[in-house]
Amino acid sequence: MNEFKARCKHLRREIMAMVAHARRGHIAPAFSLVEILAVLYDHIMRYNPADPTWPDRDRFILSKGHGCLAQYAVLADKGFFSRDLYPQFCAPDGILGGHPEEIVPGVEAPTGSLGHGLAIAVGFALAARMDQRDYRSFVVLGDGECGEGSVWEAAMAAAMHKLDNLIVLVDYNKYMSFGPVAEVCDVEPFADKWRAFGFAVAEADMTTDPLALKTILSDLPLTRGKPTAVICHTIKGYGVSYMHNNLAWHHKSRIEDAEIQDILDRLEQDHA
Amino acid sequence: MRKRGLETVYRLAKEHPNVVYIGSDVGKGTLAQFQEEMPERFFVEGIAEAYVIGMAAGLAMSGKMPFVNTIATFLTRRCYDQIAVDVCLGNYDVRLYANGGGLVYAPLGPTHQSIDDIALMRALPNMTVFCPCDADEMERGIRASYDHKGPVYIRVARGGDPIVSKAEAGFAFGKALVFKQPGDLLLISTGITCQISLKVIEALAERGISAGLCHLPTVKPLDRDTLEPLLRQSRFVATVEEHSVIGGLGGAVAQLIAEGARHPAGKFKSIGIPDVFPQGYGRQENLLARYGLDVDSVTQTVTAWMEQT
Repeated sequence: MNEFKARCKHLRREIMAMVAHARRGHIAPAFSLVEILAVLYDHIMRYNPADPTWPDRDRFILSKGHGCLAQYAVLADKGFFSRDLYPQFCAPDGILGGHPEEIVPGVEAPTGSLGHGLAIAVGFALAARMDQRDYRSFVVLGDGECGEGSVWEAAMAAAMHKLDNLIVLVDYNKYMSFGPVAEVCDVEPFADKWRAFGFAVAEADMTTDPLALKTILSDLPLTRGKPTAVICHTIKGYGVSYMHNNLAWHHKSRIEDAEIQDILDRLEQDHA
Repeated sequence: MRKRGLETVYRLAKEHPNVVYIGSDVGKGTLAQFQEEMPERFFVEGIAEAYVIGMAAGLAMSGKMPFVNTIATFLTRRCYDQIAVDVCLGNYDVRLYANGGGLVYAPLGPTHQSIDDIALMRALPNMTVFCPCDADEMERGIRASYDHKGPVYIRVARGGDPIVSKAEAGFAFGKALVFKQPGDLLLISTGITCQISLKVIEALAERGISAGLCHLPTVKPLDRDTLEPLLRQSRFVATVEEHSVIGGLGGAVAQLIAEGARHPAGKFKSIGIPDVFPQGYGRQENLLARYGLDVDSVTQTVTAWMEQT
């Protein structure tokens, strides 16, 4: 567990290394999903950084594309691209945009316009079936994103097609840009909704027991013939206590050196 | 045209294992043979168009070539974000088979009348906008689409239109077809205004006006190489389209003219649906006539315009 915590702290420091160049970014939405990505990339998904389009790789889509700082940190950590690209985050000639595109090795689909990722993942999962390949398609949704009707259109289709090679992970950090999800666009009863849409559902608390997600995903599908949904309970801005559920950090620009240093210091204290 | 297009999709699928068909909630029995023979590549996904475009993009990202068959307005208006981001941004091989381009669905009202689809689709980077005039041209275009990289919007007319396109003229996306060299007037068409314009040319000949016709099966890419010399030599140029006068064929040609491809004393007229949602129902012919797009109206419009000028 301590090792996993240290790993996640390291990834958060990497996120800040990118922010230090652009001085902007969706830090809190990235921090909330670090544990999810660490479990997926360290323990669950099959991929080859030297051959990012290897046909048998598991597919991954970060449908909440604004969390891409966390994805970039993991991809660089795994060797999909070099940390030398960090200064390119949001830079005029860079490839690491404020939302991810396929030009980045390891990114499968462009996201940023919310509500798109699950439908694309359904296409991946159907293609796997057509081609008789056993790769899985993982997609991370935001909780606020689940206000988009297209998410539920795709969910219905995934269940109808019995796509048990499709896994949805919801980064349920409970906060949108404007305020609490429960007050802006309540998604509850969330797990029941996914069940009603035909998914096999599990829940994981990514702050108290993040490795439970590893256990859940180690024996997929949860139910044969059903797509899987895991509601991942997270905290927006997790890792830096004053950022927790703090709307000011949903997206921030013109971040000062002192703020970055303070975040790095707090990561040391709060991640303990 | 609609039937021939789908038959061609079926034949392409028989030849190429990556061709996939996706319908939304189209009529029962559509492509029954496809469904029977290639069920694993035949999808009817219901009334969920935004999802369907994302799914099609996911299939295309995985090496498939999906043909998405539904009503034009639902594709273009409802799914614009999905088409732009999921399909066009990555330049994926999705084919949008858009039924009822223009006023085909006249009796069904403005929700189904696709008067802005060319404008919407041609504004998207990487998109090819294909508006065939008849079933033969549809077949050539669908076949050509298999070897084309990137998304294609296919504007499907009502069908039963007289065959005027010719195999010997050849076909390529981005290639204009000069049916008749211009005299006093050059007409430019896309889709079924090709047939309308051919009849207008006959009617104008009786009035002593010599008109030519350049037909554009693809409004985008626009065949500048063919159009520019014609625009420079024609004193009168009129575009004729079953589409709003905003942003479609007329807009595309007007831009070329404004950028300098014009006769020294050149005059230009864009003939299409004015900036309104069409009023009334009836048949396609009724609305074409109401908005000045039948043969008599177009003939009258250009005659009066040329006389005044």
